[in-house]
Amino acid sequence: MFYRLWTLIRKELQSLLREPQTRALLIIPVLIQVILFPFAATLEVTNATIAIFDEDNGSHSVELTQRIAKASAFSNVLLLNSTAEITPVIDNQKALLVIRFPEHFSGNLAQLHPTTLNIVLDGRNSNSAQIAANYLQQIVKDYQQELVAGQPKINNSELVIRNWYNPNLDYKWFVVPSLIALITTIGILIVTSLSVTREREQGTLDQLIVSPLTTWQIFIGKAIPAQVVALAQASVVLAIGIWGYQIPFSGSLLLFYFTMIVYGFSLVGFGLLISTFCSTQQQTFIGVFVFMMPAILLSGYISPVENMPVWLQNITWINPIRHFTDITKQIYLKDADLGIIWHSLWPLLVIATTTGSAAYGLFRRKVT
Amino acid sequence: MSHPNALLSWRRVRALCIKETRQIIRDPSSWLIAVVIPLLLLFIFGYGINLDSSRLHVGVLVEQQNGDAIDFTHTISASPFIQPTISDNRQYLTQLMQAGKVRGLVVIPPDFNQQMARPGDTAPIQIITDGSEPNTANFIQGYMEGIWQIWQQQRAEDRGESFEPLIEVQTRYWFNPAAISRHFIIPGAITIIMTVIGAILTSLVIAREWERGTMEALLSTQITRTELLLCKLLPYYVLGMLAMALCMVVTIFIFDVPWRGSLLLLFITSSLFLLSTLGMGLLISTLTRNQFNAAQVALNAAFLPAIMLSGFIFQIDSMPAIIRAVTYIIPARYFVSTLQNLFLSGNVASIMIINTLFLAVAAVIFIGLTALTTKRRLD
Repeated sequence: MFYRLWTLIRKELQSLLREPQTRALLIIPVLIQVILFPFAATLEVTNATIAIFDEDNGSHSVELTQRIAKASAFSNVLLLNSTAEITPVIDNQKALLVIRFPEHFSGNLAQLHPTTLNIVLDGRNSNSAQIAANYLQQIVKDYQQELVAGQPKINNSELVIRNWYNPNLDYKWFVVPSLIALITTIGILIVTSLSVTREREQGTLDQLIVSPLTTWQIFIGKAIPAQVVALAQASVVLAIGIWGYQIPFSGSLLLFYFTMIVYGFSLVGFGLLISTFCSTQQQTFIGVFVFMMPAILLSGYISPVENMPVWLQNITWINPIRHFTDITKQIYLKDADLGIIWHSLWPLLVIATTTGSAAYGLFRRKVT
Repeated sequence: MSHPNALLSWRRVRALCIKETRQIIRDPSSWLIAVVIPLLLLFIFGYGINLDSSRLHVGVLVEQQNGDAIDFTHTISASPFIQPTISDNRQYLTQLMQAGKVRGLVVIPPDFNQQMARPGDTAPIQIITDGSEPNTANFIQGYMEGIWQIWQQQRAEDRGESFEPLIEVQTRYWFNPAAISRHFIIPGAITIIMTVIGAILTSLVIAREWERGTMEALLSTQITRTELLLCKLLPYYVLGMLAMALCMVVTIFIFDVPWRGSLLLLFITSSLFLLSTLGMGLLISTLTRNQFNAAQVALNAAFLPAIMLSGFIFQIDSMPAIIRAVTYIIPARYFVSTLQNLFLSGNVASIMIINTLFLAVAAVIFIGLTALTTKRRLD
């Protein structure tokens, strides 16, 4: 029995890896994504151009301008000479924001009188603008603290900020673990579902069905090659993450691979389920796409799940990618143990059994 | 057929277009792509993708109940942006943080009120953020600083002193006063929808013709290269523009994104963008001639760059120079910028001219390359 299974798995792997074009397509996109995305997928603000309109031209506004220009987030500073220049600079996206020092800014500060500082931000990208405004506020706050250094404080309290798991809030540390989940997802779904419908289109599925192989053996035969491909792809991403991007792997590798296999089966279930509904490769691909795209977008990779409305958060429970991106970050960055992982692992097990058995039932019914 | 050798016979083009249209209408999967996917995506981007945190979950560790600590905790609870979990168990809160149930910890030290009372001492409040979600971590820092400042103000007022920050920073967002991320994300999402329709659907359809051999049958007829391209482009162009109209209606009337630009400009730029993605789809299928591979290439060459490198969510300025250079050859970049401007700021001439020009160039290049690689003969 295991010999039959073994020959089926070998045949599947051979038909998958036979063509050079297909082989290349299983590895090149992985490399492109892992090289490109960690640099591209960032919500940090760096290299931004900002503009300053200084109506004051006093010592304090000049000093603040210099401090802002030194910040790594802002690489270019445009100096404006009149109010009329503000609108075109923002409209034409020449600058992300304009800082305006009012008249008497330095005069007020010299006497320690409260004064204001106006910032006009481009709302066409309000997230970046908000982050840039946070940076500015930090710079202004530090400056203000220096000014009142000699003055009596209101009270003794002060804030000390620390970031766990990713001390410099480097976006790459967030992207690489998520990318492991993303890349394995694409690999597994496409390999399982398309290999079934391709056989159906070519008529070889009937031959497989009349062979002595049982349905579950056919399923396992389709699942293992997909798992092999996905594990290989994930290992490539993991290796580049650890050695290329120097992101320390703080958890247990064994646990990581174990959860990846469980995740793999939950996706195989979805892949097989989709393929039982489709008769052509095109339909299957579109089916996979219709499932995968929302699943990726709602996995917490683009924006956190907790920002969604509660009813949508509840729906994402059936999304295996959401649970696995949580797990990858928990193991990779946070060194979480099985007790914590379990909250995300048991939904994966439930999803794998449900979709797997549904696909099994439908497949059996279609055959008979 | 008056001129059998003419470059273009409208009769043949019409016949082929009708055939292609029938095929589109008959195939349920093209309906899925033209109607279900756009609506699904808009819905996801409208409700699911949200960079504005509503209520952040934060754990507050109060190791010793005392007046000052309780006072500060009350200020945190009063904030509309924070949903605190208050506990005196450090291990429990750390586990919540590991599991991602809270995105930050506020640690108030045990002898907080003594430190507060002793002149010249400092009473540090530690804010620990979950760095595995850097964007949320940034927001937690910002909100906690705000809360701390409010608390200091309240303390000062309680003692009858006035407290004002020396420099008050006033921010104003143009085009999007409430800084709602949905307003710039949905226009970007339309770009992704158009990419899906243009590149992925066509690449699959043509690759299928190659796989089944119907393309060879078509090539053995009198059809010219121009006619072949036209009859593959036109029906999908119409399909894409219908989907675009659907997206516009949903975006403006259901998601309440303001519209400030010109519809004519929208029509021109969407046509150009659609033609460039259709061209890309045709090119991919002509080169691969295999559905499985065409699908993979279309995903990686069209769909993923449209999400990652178009600037619709991830700021292009923040990318390293090499990747910024790559984004210039991605048509989606220009369409995202066009749509964000048309929706939010109206017609900004300098931006529109550059974008339209680049979109036109992209359309010509992709369709031209397809024309070059489509051979009348079979190898």
